[in-house]
Amino acid sequence: MIWRFIARRTAMLVVTVLVASIVIYGALFIAPGDPATLLVGGGKPPSPRVIEEIHRQYHLDDPFVQSYWRWLTGMLHGDAGQSLSYRDSVTHLITDRMGNTLFLVAYAALLIILPGVALGTLAALRGGLGENLITVVTTTLMAVPTFVISVLLIWWLSVRWGWFPAYGSGVGFAGRIEHLTLPALALAASWLAYVAQVTQAAVRAELASEHVETARSRGIPERFVLRKHVLRNAAGPIFSVSGVAVAGLIAGASIVEQAFGVNGIGALLIQSAAKQDLAVVQTLALITVVVFVAVNTLVDVVTAALDHRVSLEAGA
Amino acid sequence: MSSYQIASLGRGLIRSSRLRSFVRGHGVLAAAGAVVAVVVLASVCAPLIAPYDPNAVDVMAVSQGRSAAHWLGTDDTGRDILSRLLYGARLSLLAPAAVVLIAGVLSSALAVSAAWLGGWWDRTVSALLDVVFGFPGLVLAVVAAAVFGAGLTVAVVALSVAYLPYIGRVVRNAALRECQLPYVSALRMLGMSGWRICLRHVVPNLLPIALVQVTMSFGYALLDVAAFSFIGLGTQPPTAEWGLMVANGTSGILAGRPEQSLYAGVAIVVFVIACNLIGNGLSTRLQGETR
Repeated sequence: MIWRFIARRTAMLVVTVLVASIVIYGALFIAPGDPATLLVGGGKPPSPRVIEEIHRQYHLDDPFVQSYWRWLTGMLHGDAGQSLSYRDSVTHLITDRMGNTLFLVAYAALLIILPGVALGTLAALRGGLGENLITVVTTTLMAVPTFVISVLLIWWLSVRWGWFPAYGSGVGFAGRIEHLTLPALALAASWLAYVAQVTQAAVRAELASEHVETARSRGIPERFVLRKHVLRNAAGPIFSVSGVAVAGLIAGASIVEQAFGVNGIGALLIQSAAKQDLAVVQTLALITVVVFVAVNTLVDVVTAALDHRVSLEAGA
Repeated sequence: MSSYQIASLGRGLIRSSRLRSFVRGHGVLAAAGAVVAVVVLASVCAPLIAPYDPNAVDVMAVSQGRSAAHWLGTDDTGRDILSRLLYGARLSLLAPAAVVLIAGVLSSALAVSAAWLGGWWDRTVSALLDVVFGFPGLVLAVVAAAVFGAGLTVAVVALSVAYLPYIGRVVRNAALRECQLPYVSALRMLGMSGWRICLRHVVPNLLPIALVQVTMSFGYALLDVAAFSFIGLGTQPPTAEWGLMVANGTSGILAGRPEQSLYAGVAIVVFVIACNLIGNGLSTRLQGETR
């Protein structure tokens, strides 16, 4: 049963990625003008000799299916072509910046999941003033966009108090911690609130359930009830919302990287889009979609494995 | 869940006694509605109430703090921040409104036709919505900006596509339930055409659900549009828009003058909180009535 579910989700993943790759590659051809202009970047028309050279190099005159297939297999082999506006190979541009982005996303994920789950559980268990306070703070945080939090953090913690640098990516572990703490906080803030709220709701629902009441009435120690009956059963929704949060981080990293001048692939995506350097944009968009969809699929599968009540038939 | 309820909602708002009891029972919702109404009104009346031209550069009054002449100060080229906030509200609200309306109409048409026709069309629509769902909206918009050039129109179109599944999935589920109700087969047996049943009966009955989804998506769309302008791929300078104003203010922050970013950021946050409260309120109300 679970294997059929995994097989179906994997098939959907492949279909989604394939369709996304066709859209991303096809974007080159629905654009107004010669696709070669977009591959040069900068939006300026290059000389006819250069255009001819690019047509040859990228096989632009071949039928669409053929040139698409060549592009896709090239991607799978790690050959993503040349960026003419950066005068470098796309693969090299990306591998240079990948580390910063991975560090940032991992750091933010840590900042979300640990305090998010702790705060949510605390709010559900304590009730009263603490619960209300946490609810108000998380509801407000969820409405504050990442870029506004970035700007606020730069203002308070960087300019006014000088605790952290406002710009750059840092070198080595300590340097990265120093430079990426503010970006990770900005990236984490609204997701942290989201995870806390879902945790709170899940724990409260379990606390009110009959099996918890039965366990208590049988005199099972509170600590044990909490661990075995409440948290174990609330783990499903908490895990799945944490996974969604991590997937969201991957997609949202570009905004904080741009705001804090972090030299990562998210900022590269935005800057190359502004330069209309499509070779870089296509590669990064494909990578982001693959990671995003893969994380979401993984979360669905693990959630289903954790909780047998999840209907495997309706999972699609 | 019927056209009767929309009508009763409309009657409730018109009859002032009903409105008063609504305000008493729903204080938070009423406050949120007031915030939205004031901001919308201010953006519409911007030419009447704004003290300056939003793009008027004044080299004699660069980066000033609050004063009687400039209530919220001026930016680094001497433009009045209050006037820019008021004018900026127009694009900041219109663009996400366009996003959720386009997405709402398109996805509802897809969803209802999928539920009605079933078969391969339903499978195609569901698969399409799933694929779009797997595509982060921001990435889709960035690719669109790379191809067609940066600008607000490109962002609105790309985000409209990205928002299809958020509305479409919910409407499709509701439409599937609706199409199985006895009255639909009764109308069919009476010889009414599929078009007429869908347009005259099914769509009006689904309207409350679609509208709640549209309202709930609006706040997120506003954040996405503003974020897109913030990273420089949406609204282009010198046009006044909230997301772009937050970005413009960052140079001021490093110099210790956070006003521009702060005010524009506060405007975004307050408005989005108000919209989300309204969306949640409507959704709770709808659920209560369906039960």
